Amino acid sequence: MSFWTQVWAILWKDVRCELRSRQVWLGMGLFALLVLVIFNFAFDLRVDNKAAVAPGALWVAFIFASLLGLGRTIAAEREKGSLDRLLLCPVDRKAIYLAKLLGNMLFIGVVEIIALPVFAALFNIPLFTGPLLLIVLAGTLGIASVGTLFSAMAAATSARDVLLPILVFPLIVPVVIGAVRATGVLMVPAGPSPNEPPWLSLMIAFDIIFLSVSMLTFEYVIEE
Amino acid sequence: MSASSPYVEIHSLKKSFGLKPVLRGIDLTVEAGERAALLGPNGAGKTTLLRILAALTKPNGGRVSIAGRDIVEDAQQVRSLVGFVAHQPYLYDELTALENLLFFARMYSVRNGRERALALLSRVGLERKAGERAGTLSRGQAQRLSLARALLHSPRLLLLDEPDTGLDEEGNALLETFLAEHRSQGGTILFTTHRLERALALSDSILMLNNGRVVYRRPTHELEPESVRQVYQEVLR
Repeated sequence: MSFWTQVWAILWKDVRCELRSRQVWLGMGLFALLVLVIFNFAFDLRVDNKAAVAPGALWVAFIFASLLGLGRTIAAEREKGSLDRLLLCPVDRKAIYLAKLLGNMLFIGVVEIIALPVFAALFNIPLFTGPLLLIVLAGTLGIASVGTLFSAMAAATSARDVLLPILVFPLIVPVVIGAVRATGVLMVPAGPSPNEPPWLSLMIAFDIIFLSVSMLTFEYVIEE
Repeated sequence: MSASSPYVEIHSLKKSFGLKPVLRGIDLTVEAGERAALLGPNGAGKTTLLRILAALTKPNGGRVSIAGRDIVEDAQQVRSLVGFVAHQPYLYDELTALENLLFFARMYSVRNGRERALALLSRVGLERKAGERAGTLSRGQAQRLSLARALLHSPRLLLLDEPDTGLDEEGNALLETFLAEHRSQGGTILFTTHRLERALALSDSILMLNNGRVVYRRPTHELEPESVRQVYQEVLR
């Protein structure tokens, strides 16, 4: 069976299981919405400071909600013992990583699709532009690539719920800074200043590094 | 692998978890077509040994080969030769019985996976449960499904870790039939059990493991049930 057929089979299985159990999506989605609502009430969002505060609120909601889902991706399979069954199969470990990554991106993506209109309405910001989709995609890939690797690492420990954010947050800082700043630039009506770094390019560079390292090391993390 | 070499070869196998040694130097061979029963008290290292043979856990020392293939260097080829039944079914509860088998048929690249899955469901008496979620099956039904999954890719080596857990009489009879069929087709079987009578009835050789070492090995046909019972009681103490 080809590499991509294996990836597709595992992804199909994960999505089908999640659609039937609805354990991750619902929790992530509700959490993201609640964070946005709380931030909307907590911050003083006048016209002149929106661009400084709103992107941070959006990405904090995305990151916290993502970690809820990332924590369950592999931990649930390990708890049930089905991860061992998957590892018994003659499947390339990179295929397992990619399938889990794509599943996580899909779950986070659905949450983002729900949260973005709510964010735009609550913060009164017209956000739906092509560059925003690219920024969200690059940010999600960065969070999910690191998160998938470390969720496998944390799943083997009893303190996984505490360990996962401690491991993931420091590593995704470059992507988060890039995502917040790039989103903020979109909110400035005058457009980006000439001295603004190419945030999207930096995010893509970090994504490539995270993805490459995670794919190469996943086998050593997942196997005993 | 040459015609005369054993199907499973284990030399000086060692495995520790942290500072705790679980396997302390196992030397063992199992011939092609042999059914070997592995007995021993809890914590003797039986499950760890099976997990290493299934290329699920890496050893810390020694060498293990299956059909002449090293289990560390040729892990993927070894995995395609092995069928594993654990004492827990470890199914995807949200998938139906058929979907569980179809998923693993794809993982093992089984040709005509759907036909094979349906045939095996029928063999284990679950054809009417094909569309039901695995999470709704009884313990015994789930174990039967687990057995069907292990046989899906027609493995040459069956590793069974207390496979009769949760099985009723009919399920046990089914298990015995599968083991007999597997052997008649030249397949090799290594299974663990705590029931000596079962081990004597289903195996060609009895192995006893204690404290991470093989402490006893005899062909079953040479054994007097009473003498082996005494040895087993000694090992359990």
